[in-house]
Amino acid sequence: MKASIVVFPGTNRERDMAIALERTTGRKPTMLWHRDAELPAGTDLVVLPGGFSYGDYLRCGAMAAQSPIMAAVRAHAERGGLVLGVCNGFQMLTEAGLLPGALLQNASLRFLAMNCTMRVERADTAFTHHFQRGQTFQATMAHGDGNYFCDAETLKRLEGENLVALRYEGENPNGSLNAIAGILSPNLRVLGLMPHPENCVDPLVGGTDGLPMFTSLAESFAAA
Amino acid sequence: MTGTSLDKPLTGPENRPMASVPPLAPERARQLAAEFGLKPDEYARALGILGRDPTLAELGIFSVMWSEHCSYKSSRVWLKELPTKAPWVLVGPGENAGVIEIGEGLAAVFKMESHNHPSFIEPYNGAATGVGGILRDVFTMGARPIANLNALRFGDPKLPKTRQVMDGVVRGIGGYGNCVGVPTVGGEVNFHPAYNGNPLVNAMTVGILKADRIFTAAATGLGNAVVYVGSKTGRDGIHGATMSSAEFSEDSEEKRPTVQIGDPFAEKLLIEACLELMATDAIVAIQDMGAAGLTSSGVEMAGKGGMGVELDMDHVPQREEGMSAYEMMLSESQERMLMVLKPGREALAESIFRKWELDFAVIGRLTDTGRIVIKHKGLVEADIPLAPLESEAPLYRRPTAETPKLPVIVTKDVADPVGLAAALKTLVASPDLCSRRWIWDQYDAQVGGQTAKRPGQADAAVVRIEDHVRALAMTTDCTPRYCQADPEAGGKQAVAEAWRNLTAVGALPRAITDNMNFGNPEKPEIMGQFASAVRGMAAACTALDFPVISGNVSLYNETEGKAILPTPAIGGVGVLEDVAQAVGLAMPQGADLVLIGETAGWLGQSLWLREIAGREEGAPPPVDLAAERRNGDFVRTEILAGRVGACHDCADGGLLVTVAEMCMASGVGARLTPTGDHGFWFGEDQSRYVLAVTDGAALLAAAKSAGVPALALGRSGGNTLEIPGGDAISVDELTAANEATLPELMRGT
Repeated sequence: MKASIVVFPGTNRERDMAIALERTTGRKPTMLWHRDAELPAGTDLVVLPGGFSYGDYLRCGAMAAQSPIMAAVRAHAERGGLVLGVCNGFQMLTEAGLLPGALLQNASLRFLAMNCTMRVERADTAFTHHFQRGQTFQATMAHGDGNYFCDAETLKRLEGENLVALRYEGENPNGSLNAIAGILSPNLRVLGLMPHPENCVDPLVGGTDGLPMFTSLAESFAAA
Repeated sequence: MTGTSLDKPLTGPENRPMASVPPLAPERARQLAAEFGLKPDEYARALGILGRDPTLAELGIFSVMWSEHCSYKSSRVWLKELPTKAPWVLVGPGENAGVIEIGEGLAAVFKMESHNHPSFIEPYNGAATGVGGILRDVFTMGARPIANLNALRFGDPKLPKTRQVMDGVVRGIGGYGNCVGVPTVGGEVNFHPAYNGNPLVNAMTVGILKADRIFTAAATGLGNAVVYVGSKTGRDGIHGATMSSAEFSEDSEEKRPTVQIGDPFAEKLLIEACLELMATDAIVAIQDMGAAGLTSSGVEMAGKGGMGVELDMDHVPQREEGMSAYEMMLSESQERMLMVLKPGREALAESIFRKWELDFAVIGRLTDTGRIVIKHKGLVEADIPLAPLESEAPLYRRPTAETPKLPVIVTKDVADPVGLAAALKTLVASPDLCSRRWIWDQYDAQVGGQTAKRPGQADAAVVRIEDHVRALAMTTDCTPRYCQADPEAGGKQAVAEAWRNLTAVGALPRAITDNMNFGNPEKPEIMGQFASAVRGMAAACTALDFPVISGNVSLYNETEGKAILPTPAIGGVGVLEDVAQAVGLAMPQGADLVLIGETAGWLGQSLWLREIAGREEGAPPPVDLAAERRNGDFVRTEILAGRVGACHDCADGGLLVTVAEMCMASGVGARLTPTGDHGFWFGEDQSRYVLAVTDGAALLAAAKSAGVPALALGRSGGNTLEIPGGDAISVDELTAANEATLPELMRGT
């Protein structure tokens, strides 16, 4: 699998993501700079990683969504390429209109960095097919603005078209509508989620609950 | 404005010497010197160095360079007593941060620094800029920061002001650390009314670099460019809180708060840009602009290199218009660095800083004059010889008074009013022992993907080094109530406890950084506390092969004449060759519990005495350094042999609290067998550990043959903690009490 990770000014979980991808796919991802205009030829997966792009100034992800690379990411998604946005990357995807809705400030009005439990609602996608539907798993979360919100019509469509990939199980940590932790694009090729499965791929550091997401991705492109 | 080269010559037209601004009138200068905090004899010495009256900029430079904060004039004579050398110490005190070798060609860089006063005035930004400043000290050395810790002391938790300060400080630390993407992995918090008007915020950063790629501040190379990078310079932080700015201000613009505002986004860019440039061969020397900003960085770089320096303020990137040379030299705007580049490397460096959207400006050159010369708008604003600025800096051996010794308090001296179970439930919910989860949950401890032991999981944080199995253990420690009662014993205990906490995860303790927080050094009893604490620390450092490699002194921590508890906070770092060897607090079911170390039942200054008997009295527990070393080396050997499932040092609260904390960390109960009184279970005797092992008999035998005191405590299992005498407390109940306190206190913030 050829994976590329986009680095924006203020991105800070790009190395975590690179380590997780290399560990599971055996292949180092390409690091792209936000000013690049094109993706490397043959890119299968583009990752928008976590962090504080542009310091979260203006709105989380809003300025990054205007970066030169985002046109190429959009074209890649439109071609059916895979796009994974984690935390700040999820916020960018909503700001760029690649996923609907918005991430508001946590209901507690505090930055929260803790483990959360998620339930897998779709286990038939390139990102999740190594999970079982209904399976729960733990991942780190670390965000101040992860409270998923959208209008009633959008919510109805997301639920009706079964585009909610991951939902918080048990306590809803940030006030997200319908406890939504991650959503998919209609073609199931774009996934945005707030928690960090990339920090959960190593038994010595954070546990291995996040591994199935990366092994799913790796297997989706085993031949590539 | 960001000039990339000096388009104006530093000398005047046709190389004639540039004209100088006129000196201040003698009376005016003397008056300002006093306002800037220079004592009359210090000012006389400055006049002697200059041979004339100073300009405003010169007076500003002298006063900040000779301030307590920059010159360590009250503490230097004592700090010299601390051991600073070991074969593994690569850089000791005096640089931006200390450096130790940690194997495989790697080195660890670390330091702790205070931001106490700003954090009381403006908790969020005071704490945030404290984190930013210590991060810069570490990446200035060429290291990628891999972890932050913080040692916090707040006032009486029931006071609304304490809640407000604590909320702001925690948000500030999180707001900065989370954004720059350096995990906040550990620290400590105490509460005491002595901190009501003067909280302590001590921030520590640990970084990693290759042992042969250390950057320092000593600038060399006649004519080399002096480059300013980072954020622009504004009027924030000029001269700190003591300045009466009205005396100077030409307009109200200057009446700004003296607390700086942090921009963690700019810091993140600065880290990445500096590390990218450091991977090339362009840098000769580098120094962050911390306290006293451009003044101290310029003076220190040129001074350490035995050079002179000329800086042209016209080229300094400025955030606002009309700033004077004096303001620019004394500004403490954040996220700025000064560096000296090799000839011909300016374009390479500039391209990297432009990529990261940061300011980059050549603002001067190194000279061979041994002087710092400041120019602005075609005039010389300051011209001071560097050598006497350092060599003639004030140095005081202030009078000291010893703290009177207090009586020893043991079991027979105080009755148990409530019984063991009730005392335990009260203690685990008390402010100094309750769960810190409310705080940790606001700090990203996982970013970087290398945090093996996070807060609450072990006695020290454990962070693996990327692409290695090797890991660093790190901790911060100090027990201020011990230091107040007996500063020497307290200083010794603070170092020993840091060593013990590193040992308890299996690490080999290597070195410390110290953050000395004390009251007004002009009072003999305070200077006496300082001198005694240093004496105790030095003894422990020597006995434990645990030298001081960096540090910071914060004095005048007083409000309305009342000093804080003496607080020599210790940041310790140790090495684990394999992260998989690290052990934590969580015990497996069915493990044998063994106490290592001797128990006399020392209740003086214990939390039991304070929280249960309502007395803050007595001598603190002494540390026998030979026993400390012997017990710790034994425990570490057992851990590294893979024979220990969990380990926890016995500290605040004593033995029963230690076992209870292991129960709460694992959700596993324990049945304890020794019969003992309140002194046995709650005494705070030092140099002790509780180990959970599969073969307790073998451990007892090994301890016996090593000459280490050991005692069988019982077995882990079930979901209650059973104390001899019939009491049984459910672990869930303990956990609920332990977890409830901080959220209750902080409700509504």
